[in-house]
Amino acid sequence: MINHIDLTGVLRRTVCDLYSDLVTRPTGAAVRDGIEKQLAELGDRSLTVIDFSHVRLLDYSCADEIVAKLLMRYVRADDLPPPRDAYFVFRGVNESHLDAIETVLERHGLAIVAELDAGAVILIGAVQEEERRAWDTLCRLGRLTALELAQEAGCAGAEAERVLERLFRRRLAMRLEQSYVAVGAAQ
Amino acid sequence: MTAVVNVPQSLDDRSFEQVLEQAAPVPAGEKLIVDARHTRWASPYGLTALLAFAQSRGEKPGLIAPEASETASYWARAGFFEHAEPLFEITGHVPKARGGESDVLLEITPVTRSDDVHEVVGRIQQKAHAILVKELHLDVKATMGFAMTLSEACQNIVEHAGRGGWVAVQTYTWKKRLGRRVVVIAVCDAGVGFRQSLESAHGRRLDERWGDGRALEEAVLRGVSRFADPGRGQGLAGVRRYIGRWQGKLSIRSGTARIAIVPDWDEDLPLEEKLPMLPGAQIQITIPERREEK
Repeated sequence: MINHIDLTGVLRRTVCDLYSDLVTRPTGAAVRDGIEKQLAELGDRSLTVIDFSHVRLLDYSCADEIVAKLLMRYVRADDLPPPRDAYFVFRGVNESHLDAIETVLERHGLAIVAELDAGAVILIGAVQEEERRAWDTLCRLGRLTALELAQEAGCAGAEAERVLERLFRRRLAMRLEQSYVAVGAAQ
Repeated sequence: MTAVVNVPQSLDDRSFEQVLEQAAPVPAGEKLIVDARHTRWASPYGLTALLAFAQSRGEKPGLIAPEASETASYWARAGFFEHAEPLFEITGHVPKARGGESDVLLEITPVTRSDDVHEVVGRIQQKAHAILVKELHLDVKATMGFAMTLSEACQNIVEHAGRGGWVAVQTYTWKKRLGRRVVVIAVCDAGVGFRQSLESAHGRRLDERWGDGRALEEAVLRGVSRFADPGRGQGLAGVRRYIGRWQGKLSIRSGTARIAIVPDWDEDLPLEEKLPMLPGAQIQITIPERREEK
């Protein structure tokens, strides 16, 4: 199920109905809390489109609270399972949002799937080249097993498995039984 | 006898040091008078730092307003007297603030809470676009970064100062130093300052070089924050990136030290220590007009 969250709507509901800028850390924390409440109402597996289209300004503090801290709950450094099998696509990301988002993602070693203003879907943040190649291949070909990816990429099956598993843990690909689908490929 | 501190004719981030040097021998609990009668010009930093200075004094200082009517009227339009009124005992002619000042992008505005930052950022955006793009010939992309920079600088007060401060934004032509137009953001408070803020971090080890200068280096150059959260400390790093992109300058004074990220067009010192004490943090961000490469 695809869930849609308009950040301006969350901002106005949780902080102030006059604001359209995502600035300050308390604002970011309140908006993230609003997002988490919506996520809690969803099923175990969900794909959520977080929509920046109507956000005029996003500063670093807010990007850290809304994007990085939200993601950190689901991309666990301690190898524990995330609270739920949630995936995210960040839509309507413009150039000024991108600056703040890329900065905070790189600081935390995170990455996201972003749909830019122009419609292109890309990976941003801290992404290794082999992860980017695998994700691009998944986007192009759709659902693939590790073996199929290995054949396509000309690498060993174990290596393909390792990269796909990493994309899955980083919430950049979904695992569906033995195969994987790129987040952002078919929403 | 009450000590008198003479405000220089031209009050900016550099000449403000003369105010502090004169005030240094006077204990904070003793009365002094700030004499601005002969002052003809003040930058946003000069005006907001004067407010922070008054805030830092235990005994409410006196202030003699500028004699030149155009100066006094400019200070009024910039919102100085309105905010100075509870901090100083003002004498001399204080004109009423009338009309808008076209060069003032943001008149002196108090910043205490997160809501104040929203207000400041909301007010600046439309005007900033017109000034940065049309007057300073910067790329359209500079506008959003400018508002982000302003937001992060103001949040320094909300997150760390422990008391309110002020922000002001203005454009002017910087004849002597640069010969170009600039836009200047000044954010000043008399709160806890960088050193005390970083010292409050749990388990922080202090070496023999520790002081205001080192604290500024840690926070500004290395993105260290009093919070253990690795996401903290990104605001000032973002400000540095912005000024780097647009050949701007950042200077921050805190306690007895001042650090500056100095562009090619300026000859400021990167770090000064053993300055007269002023609590809190006083930030100035300067973005110059862009000239076409020949």
